[in-house]
Amino acid sequence: MKTSFIKKVALGLSLASGLSLSAFANTAGPAWDKAPGQISDQTSLQNGAKTFVAYCLNCHGAEYMRYNRLQDIGFTLDQIKTELVLTDAKVGDTMKSVISLKEGKAWFGNNPPDLSVIARSRAGANGSGADYLYTYLRGFYRDGASLTGWNNIVFPNVGMPHVLWELQGDRKAVYEEVEVHGQKTHVFKGFEQVTPGTLTTEQYDQTVGDLVNYLQWMGEPAQTTRKKLGIWVLIFLAGLTVVTWRLNKSFWKDIK
Amino acid sequence: MAEFHEISPNAPLSAKALNWVDNRFPLSKLFKEHMSEYYAPKNFNIWYIFGSLSLLVLVIQIVTGIFLVMHYKPDAALAFASVEYIMRDVPWGWLIRYMHSTGASAFFLMVYLHMFRGLLYGSYRKPRELVWLFGCGIFLALMAEAFMGYLLPWGQMSYWGAQVIVNLFSAIPFIGPDLALLIRGDFVVGDATLNRFFSFHVIAVPLVLLGLVVAHIIALHEVGSNNPDGVEIKADKDANGIPRDGIPFHPYYTVHDIFGVSVFLFVFSAIIFFAPEMGGYFLEYNNFIPANPYVTPAHIAPVWYFTPFYSMLRAVTTELMYVLMAVTVLGAGLAVAKVKMPTLFKGVIAIGAVVIVALMLLIEAKFWGVVAMGSGVVILFFLPWLDNSEVKSMRYRPTWHKYLYAVFVVDFLVLGYLGIQPPSDIANRVSQAGTLFYFGFFLLMPWWSRVGVFKPVPSRVVYKPH
Repeated sequence: MKTSFIKKVALGLSLASGLSLSAFANTAGPAWDKAPGQISDQTSLQNGAKTFVAYCLNCHGAEYMRYNRLQDIGFTLDQIKTELVLTDAKVGDTMKSVISLKEGKAWFGNNPPDLSVIARSRAGANGSGADYLYTYLRGFYRDGASLTGWNNIVFPNVGMPHVLWELQGDRKAVYEEVEVHGQKTHVFKGFEQVTPGTLTTEQYDQTVGDLVNYLQWMGEPAQTTRKKLGIWVLIFLAGLTVVTWRLNKSFWKDIK
Repeated sequence: MAEFHEISPNAPLSAKALNWVDNRFPLSKLFKEHMSEYYAPKNFNIWYIFGSLSLLVLVIQIVTGIFLVMHYKPDAALAFASVEYIMRDVPWGWLIRYMHSTGASAFFLMVYLHMFRGLLYGSYRKPRELVWLFGCGIFLALMAEAFMGYLLPWGQMSYWGAQVIVNLFSAIPFIGPDLALLIRGDFVVGDATLNRFFSFHVIAVPLVLLGLVVAHIIALHEVGSNNPDGVEIKADKDANGIPRDGIPFHPYYTVHDIFGVSVFLFVFSAIIFFAPEMGGYFLEYNNFIPANPYVTPAHIAPVWYFTPFYSMLRAVTTELMYVLMAVTVLGAGLAVAKVKMPTLFKGVIAIGAVVIVALMLLIEAKFWGVVAMGSGVVILFFLPWLDNSEVKSMRYRPTWHKYLYAVFVVDFLVLGYLGIQPPSDIANRVSQAGTLFYFGFFLLMPWWSRVGVFKPVPSRVVYKPH
């Protein structure tokens, strides 16, 4: 189809010039799956944090996020020091990636983006940023034509390889040829498991769900406090409104 | 100059203190003139709350702004990170930042409603022209303030929004490219731009804004407030020289406003605490990606409060230019043929029209789009002299005027909506029609505002005790 061709050209051009595709990532494409995570589910957030430091922090950073802030989701400082800081960082440092930006660019043709506010930036017409990430991290498949050997259904020709492939296993995308307005086109039908991963599909979805939940929380660590406090603020203001309403009424009864 | 006033030595300390001040500064006098003896019509309705609320939001913006500046770094390499630092590491920083970002949208919402109130009840009519002009000045300054403030978080939308808007200035013939360069301080939006926008956002424009707000209120208190009936309450005074339909602003409207403030703060807080991004309308998603001069976002949209005018900009295409030329020729033709005036004036109008059409042919449509966007705001300044209706208030105007105003409101909202959306053929057609209607509404107002059966205006305001 014409539009998808233009999009491909645009994607190709920007890839060729070494540009990040992030600006395109949240605009069109297939529908996003709903991320299952609950921000109040501390176990899920903790699992997500563990997956995050083990898999993501190698290439990506979260340079606005301090390790010790993980206390907010129930870790103790000792736990953070021993289980979560996998580099030589101090517990009060921000989460820096293991590789440098330069290395990232050399290896993937692109700087792996900082993940501190990734969930906030990827929201769009198709859903929340968490929905996007949940779909994205479950959308990798084998593609011999790409540089990394991997491709992604929501982020075509992505520079990032499938980091969680051992967990998910190898999959390939199945396309079906259909005719639209007299033109043959390929429509994505689904994935086909080639080799099994160490996790079942349900377990993998759960792991990714927890990871995305963590990313969502990390986008704004104050969000739980914000909502909790908000309830009290609104209760106070509702009370104030009643008082000022009566005050107003009592003054205005004089006006005939 | 007031005479020195001695007070009894037995007077309470507070009275002595006040007397001491009053002999040196007109404190009691000012309070009387602007509060306790400022007589406002008693029939204000809900539309009259948005002025005070705008003032409240202005104060919120200034106070939160002061605290943000303590932690923000106006440096292209540090700006984005410093905003995240405020959101994460500064105690209560997230609250201050959300108050400021939500406050920007709230400010525009309040000001738009406040302006619409003026439209509804003819608050800009004689003798309140200057109140309206200062108000329009505030609106213009507010737009500049918001535009420059939006660059500061240094996200993708900040960057590209500024890039797009500043580039518009380069469409101005001859001086355009140099002007754009002067505004940016660089060939693309960069660190120099961020620094000067920061300076304008925190010092220059707020000073202008505050000055205009003071002028707006002084002018208002000089002529007195209009009201939903458009009746001049000063025309009917009692033996003490107090308007019969007037009540002291303090305490009656202060308690009114305090109540309004409570309701406003409830809604404002609900947004701050539960939906600070407002689905991407108050804080755009793309703005959580740091500015990157090498990657243009697929779709650049200004924040919602600019979009009606942004739509007008996009509506002016080469095609629409032919329509505008036809309108210019038609307008000039009608003026020359139908209006009685000296031949000299007719000649001037005819030549003027020829020159304008020639310029329209010579200069690219992009420039005229900029002109349309600017005119969309500037035309508001002329409202007091465009409206020729017999009565001030919508209440006593012909029924069809009400429908026309309703269409105008819908038109403005549709333009706003289309300005957020990516362009499409149908949307462009609609925004072209909407733009023509917007300008037609104002430019033809001298004629249509006189047409229809007006209802008699009562001599006193309509008021039901409550």
